[in-house]
Amino acid sequence: MEHHLILRVVTKLLVGTIILFAFYVQFHGDFSPGGGFQAGVIMAVAFILYGLVFGLDAVQQVFPPWIVHKLVALGVLVYAGTGIWNMVLGYEFLHYGSLNPHHMSHGQHTGIIWVEAGVGITVTGVMIAIFYAFAGRAPRLGDDDW
Amino acid sequence: MATAVEVHHTALTLRDHLPILQILIPFCTAPLIVFLGYRSLAWPMAFISSLLSLIIATMLLIQVSDGSYISYHLGGWAPPVGIEYRVDAANAFVLFLISATATVVLPFALSSVAHEIPCKNHALFYACFMLCVTGLMGVVITGDAFNVFVFLEISSLSTYVLVSQGSYRDKRALTAAYDYLIMGTIGATFFVIGIGLLYMTTGTLNMADMADRLVGQGGNRTVQAAFAFIVVGMGLKVAIYPLHLWLPSAYTYAPSAVTTFLAATATKAAIYVVLRFMFTVFQPDFVFDTHILVWIIGPLALLAMFAASLIAIFQTDFKRMLAYSSIAQIGYMMLGIAMFSVTGLTATMVHLFNHGITKAVLFMAVGALVLRAGSTFYDRIEGMGRAMPLTGAAIVIGGLSLIGVPGTAGFISKWMLVQAAFEGGYWWLALIIVASSLLAVLYVWRVVEVLYLHTPHPDATHTEAPLLMIVPMWIAALACLYFGLDTRFILDAASTAADGLMAGSAGMSEISSAAAAAADH
Repeated sequence: MEHHLILRVVTKLLVGTIILFAFYVQFHGDFSPGGGFQAGVIMAVAFILYGLVFGLDAVQQVFPPWIVHKLVALGVLVYAGTGIWNMVLGYEFLHYGSLNPHHMSHGQHTGIIWVEAGVGITVTGVMIAIFYAFAGRAPRLGDDDW
Repeated sequence: MATAVEVHHTALTLRDHLPILQILIPFCTAPLIVFLGYRSLAWPMAFISSLLSLIIATMLLIQVSDGSYISYHLGGWAPPVGIEYRVDAANAFVLFLISATATVVLPFALSSVAHEIPCKNHALFYACFMLCVTGLMGVVITGDAFNVFVFLEISSLSTYVLVSQGSYRDKRALTAAYDYLIMGTIGATFFVIGIGLLYMTTGTLNMADMADRLVGQGGNRTVQAAFAFIVVGMGLKVAIYPLHLWLPSAYTYAPSAVTTFLAATATKAAIYVVLRFMFTVFQPDFVFDTHILVWIIGPLALLAMFAASLIAIFQTDFKRMLAYSSIAQIGYMMLGIAMFSVTGLTATMVHLFNHGITKAVLFMAVGALVLRAGSTFYDRIEGMGRAMPLTGAAIVIGGLSLIGVPGTAGFISKWMLVQAAFEGGYWWLALIIVASSLLAVLYVWRVVEVLYLHTPHPDATHTEAPLLMIVPMWIAALACLYFGLDTRFILDAASTAADGLMAGSAGMSEISSAAAAAADH
């Protein structure tokens, strides 16, 4: 892997920045455009870029497929779990206000952060899973095939 | 800085949460199965959650059996702003059918799935199965038009995956799943275009609110176009006769457990959506004025009853024959709607349920035959009725119910249909219904002849199916007989549902006053 030096260096520089940006979009989602879905896609892009440049094996070492599957399920559980916690507190499913009954609007903020976290986790997982599914089908490219 | 406000709130009890739990339990089971990832845990979790759904559905059915309704506001946002789950006699009945079918099919699926699908897919298979259950029940329970579309997609996407799992037995399952995907997506797109047009006209997505705002809009072209889009879109999902092309292959090549579940529930949930939109969102008067029932639904229903039955007679595969018979039976349900009377709708609702259990018996028997004979082509299952007496007897009971012989569930629905025909003054329709039943005699007799009167195929295993398959099959078969003899439960539930539907949005109009009262409070 000694060729494509520029691609590899730029990718290494970019991956961290992309992940940082994903977190920004995730947590700033309730004040600016963005949120769980966009953040999840951006997060997945970091790994997909890494996979495109360094190969499927390398990215699967960082992010094994079994973890991807768990993440897909985990995000949904976080989302539904938030709603169930509201039910435990004696309110309707996904009534975030219940998280802080004296300041319903504060409760709404807390609730939406948890729900968006769930969305972000699942979308990251799904995007990477789709990439793995497509990349895994083609015959692996050898170094000489470039 | 918001000031602290002391809000008086009475904590909701588990009983208040029943409508959401109905959806939430199967919905959470799916990701839990994937998250835990233990193959051996997948089935027990799926079974327990569908059993819980069945219990909840029964409780809901009892609560609304007096014609009242339950409204659950998601996130505490009152409709029409928020999403509402709304349970009344019509959908509690369908919820009961779906959860009961899931509970009966799962024990059957254990050995059937182990035989037809490789081990590594089992956990994901059951996760998909639970998602499908969630989607179908969600379509039925929600009172929000866009939510219907969302749940429709959940159930459809998981169904495509489930159908494709038949590819380990027959590669054609992949093309069947792909066909279904294309047709199903077109259907869903049409449906969502219809919803979009309605939203454009009314500015609301809540069904009850939409119904209120659609009053007097009968001449509005946008509303008429929306109606057409919704009927055609859901028609694809229901498999109304000329839109049925995805159904035979999907049913034939899907794993037996999947076919059983889909045949008993998927098209039924779609029929419920058609009913809900025709009679609650659009008013019965509006539907009547479009002449769609007389000129489109009615003739197509008759065509389905005859054409699909004729095709069924000439099939050489038992499973495919049953698929075509399903299309014919859907014709009966559409005919009930086309008669535009309470009795007709009662017949539709009754047939929805009775045909569900009848097809459950037959497709489970198909699963047992696949396990022992390897396939269900007539030349492979010759003489299997004698080798597998219990399965054979179940097929006979299911077949009789399909024909509509007195003493079976199928008789009740055909009787209601004939009664509705006489009530409407269409005596010739009654004759046609009986004539099409004679076609059912032909295709059922062919199977019985193959099963009992032919010499057995030498390659087949000649032992009875495992107990785990026999017990669910016979629960359904006995239900077929029971609901043919004791009709109180089914007729009461169905006629309450039909009354509610024929009343149009009048049955739903308390919604606005209730919402207003809640807002004042």
